[in-house]
Amino acid sequence: MNLNELSILSLYSAMAVYALAFISFAFDLAKRSAAVKTADEAAGLAALSAVPVGVGAVNGMQTAGSTGNLDSGKPAGTIVNRISARIANDAATPYGRSKSLRIGVSLTVLAWAIHLMADVLRGFAAGRVPWANMYEFAMTGTLLIVTVFLIVLTRADLRFLGTFVTGMVLVLLGIAALRFYVEVAPLPPALQSAWLVIHVFVASLGTGFFALGFALSVVQLLQFRREALVATAGRVRLRFLATLPSAATLENLAYRVHIIGFILWTFTLMAGSIWAEKAWGRYWGWDTKEVWTFIIWTIYAGYIHARATRGWRGSRSAWLAIVGFSAVMFNFGVVNVFFKGLHAYSGL
Amino acid sequence: MSRPSDHYDSPAPAPASDDVTQPRLGLIGWLRWFWRQLTNMRTALFLLLLLAIAAVPGSLVPQRSSDPNGVTQYFADNPDLAPVLDKIQAFDVYSSAWFSAIYLLLFISLIGCVIPRTKHHFQALRAQPPRTPARLVRLAGFTERTAPAGTDAAAAVDSARSLLKKSGYRVALFDSAPRGGSREFSASAERGYLRETGNLVFHFALVGILITVGFGSGFGFSGQRVLVEGQTFVNTLLAYDSFSPGRFFTDSSLEPYKLTLDDFSVTYETQNLKAYGQAIDYSAAVSVTRRGEALQTGVVKVNAPMRTGGTDVYLLGNGYAPSITVKDPNGVVVFTDAVPFLPQDANLTSLGVIKVPDGLSEQLGMIGFFYPTQAASSTGAFYSSYPDLEYPMLTLNIYSGDLGLNAGVPTSVYSLNTDKMTRLTGGKTGVKSLELKPGETQQLPNGLGSVTFNDAHPGAAANDFSGSVLRFASFDIHHDPTQVWVLSFAVLALLGLLTSLFVPRRRVWVKAIEHDDGTLTLEYAGLARGEDPALEAAVTDIADRHGRLLVSSTSAVPATEQN
Ligand code: HEM
Repeated sequence: MNLNELSILSLYSAMAVYALAFISFAFDLAKRSAAVKTADEAAGLAALSAVPVGVGAVNGMQTAGSTGNLDSGKPAGTIVNRISARIANDAATPYGRSKSLRIGVSLTVLAWAIHLMADVLRGFAAGRVPWANMYEFAMTGTLLIVTVFLIVLTRADLRFLGTFVTGMVLVLLGIAALRFYVEVAPLPPALQSAWLVIHVFVASLGTGFFALGFALSVVQLLQFRREALVATAGRVRLRFLATLPSAATLENLAYRVHIIGFILWTFTLMAGSIWAEKAWGRYWGWDTKEVWTFIIWTIYAGYIHARATRGWRGSRSAWLAIVGFSAVMFNFGVVNVFFKGLHAYSGL
Repeated sequence: MSRPSDHYDSPAPAPASDDVTQPRLGLIGWLRWFWRQLTNMRTALFLLLLLAIAAVPGSLVPQRSSDPNGVTQYFADNPDLAPVLDKIQAFDVYSSAWFSAIYLLLFISLIGCVIPRTKHHFQALRAQPPRTPARLVRLAGFTERTAPAGTDAAAAVDSARSLLKKSGYRVALFDSAPRGGSREFSASAERGYLRETGNLVFHFALVGILITVGFGSGFGFSGQRVLVEGQTFVNTLLAYDSFSPGRFFTDSSLEPYKLTLDDFSVTYETQNLKAYGQAIDYSAAVSVTRRGEALQTGVVKVNAPMRTGGTDVYLLGNGYAPSITVKDPNGVVVFTDAVPFLPQDANLTSLGVIKVPDGLSEQLGMIGFFYPTQAASSTGAFYSSYPDLEYPMLTLNIYSGDLGLNAGVPTSVYSLNTDKMTRLTGGKTGVKSLELKPGETQQLPNGLGSVTFNDAHPGAAANDFSGSVLRFASFDIHHDPTQVWVLSFAVLALLGLLTSLFVPRRRVWVKAIEHDDGTLTLEYAGLARGEDPALEAAVTDIADRHGRLLVSSTSAVPATEQN
């Protein structure tokens, strides 16, 4: 068995473990829903109307952060000042870490390690960085999505996004393995550049942050709807939402993840221009791929502005983040494969 | 407020009773109203999103700037739709009136937004932090501590000041009149002015990029030139195959250096059978002579341009240039040249055109196919099975008649207009197309003369064709004086972005309240100015450090009271 075959074997193994992780995370969501139902029933209707206090009305950093701190008698250090603490603390229905959640995280780490091995083996098989065609972009890009997710987990408890992250990575890897697979080939002269290493890597890393930001924005929108329903005593279908942070906290988290993604994307744009100047003699030529990189950059600049514009914070800016990530996926999946341009490197 | 009025951080808008809604506004009033609309956040957001949307069509429809052949093809494929699209400048989206209008409005809005902010920021940089609010309780990170006994209020606030100063805050001290029996000293501190500076630098750098790209590029030029191995090019206007000057370009700015393509070599993959024959390296060995200087040699590669004589030389394309000689029936040479053939596929099946306008009884045109490694399919059609010269073969279809060169219409050297010509070989003529290997000569039909496929390396062994056909390289030669500027502005923008997104701007207050009973309460609180996730942690941290500072300074004095 050669290195590439070993890489393929690892990739399929990683996908199998991701699938198990996905199931565990899905179990966890189901358990959350059940816990919320029990809590609701126990507390009765009276509790239901009490839930939104201190959650729904909050919008903006200062107020969101200070709600827990009015009790000045608390000794220093226990004050709620860490975002991770806030995530756990401002859920409507408190909920610990279920066993399935912990199993899901462990499986994700395991799958990530196998995935990393698949990626590294592919790199060794090719004798270069493993991101020079669609199959390899997908493999490395999804690896970075999971890496970003796992790193963020050490700083903020976003385990509840596990279903989304593993699910998305699984789908992308499936498409990559079945539709984008190409044999190991040496780099064509156009790709032999240090900028391939930098530009594509940073773009993939940026995509990892955008993916996480997208997930947070989607949950933010769902949570916003839940909060509105609860406020008007409506019926909430996705019960597990009650165990997640408030829409305002989710929005702040999403914003922070997005600005890191945006900075990486800005760098991608610049590095790409420098490379284009070296390879094609002009730094910007409105080639289809350049156009889409620009469109994505502009949408996220819009998102950042929206967050600072009265009337656009909250749900509207979340929608912009969703549009932005759709453009990222479109750029990867559709522009690479179907659009004509100088960036004809999909290898398909 | 420095920010636009609809920035979320600005005071809430006044009720809509202002003069904007009054019917008689006057010209100045309207202009002012328009300006205010243009420079608010909502307009900027709208224009940004509009710009994103407006950029989309240019990726769906081929653009003249990046894909002129695609545009021609589009016109051929969609004869009804294309002219309509052309009317709305769909083939020149990025220089179209509507696209330009959007980004110009956006940048006017940007300038109109950033200038007042800059003014305000300069004032803020010189101003003192504002007075401490009367009540800190409702502010972020509010912390209340009891000072160690024996602490003096003024001294406590003073030590808070040095602590804050060390952490990069600008501090002002206040001493408020006694209120209900207690006296208050306070320190008001602010930090993170760099955040706004970064934001302004970022926006200004964007303007810088736009201006340099817009005006500066007018001073440059770009030109293309094809060189066959052994050929020399002199950097003058006439020597270019195609040339596009910027608006302010004058040809006196061309330095007439000489550039010779000495050798063009290609390396092919031979180890990896899955990618066998894939090109892995193109190298153009060139020599350059600048006026008054000795000859210098260099290599131009893809991704590695050569900078010389104020220009950048890029390697763009390459292929084979079979050398062909045509003689009349008496053996007099009427044409001899190496003709660049355009590659048609990965194995370099190449297509070329030879035009012989003079010297024969009729004008002669030939459409040639060149196969570096010729192979035949089951139907008998030729193709190339490998891009290097293993078994080279040239086939020629001969046409005679009017080449159409005198009509005054510019014609491409890569295409033959056969409208007024008669086909002499191939197709339905029943005459076989000419097939030539390097070094071979064949007679032209109708006794017109002969054609020879010259061997570029005649001394080689019988089945070694590796040097038998010359290669050509196509070079792009550019001069763009703005590149350095654009890069500098881009780096500035990135740095500005980093500072403005990661430097927290915040206010912190420390208040010492003396009570009648002699105890001293310390209050700490902060206020975020923009996104500031770590604010509360920072306030707590200041309170902790201040507490330790006070403890150590009071324990130095003999304790008078224990608690
Ligand atoms: C070419 C157009 C523009 C682009 C690409 C752009 C991009 C950005 C980006 C990336 C940021 C976030 C980074 C930072 O804070 O420095 C930002 C912030 C900001 N922009 Fe722009 N901008 C543009 C035009 C404008 C215009 C026209 C205005 C004024 C109406 C404006 C006002 C602001 C303000 C006030 C902020 C601070 C937002 C905050 O407080 O978080 N920008 N802009």
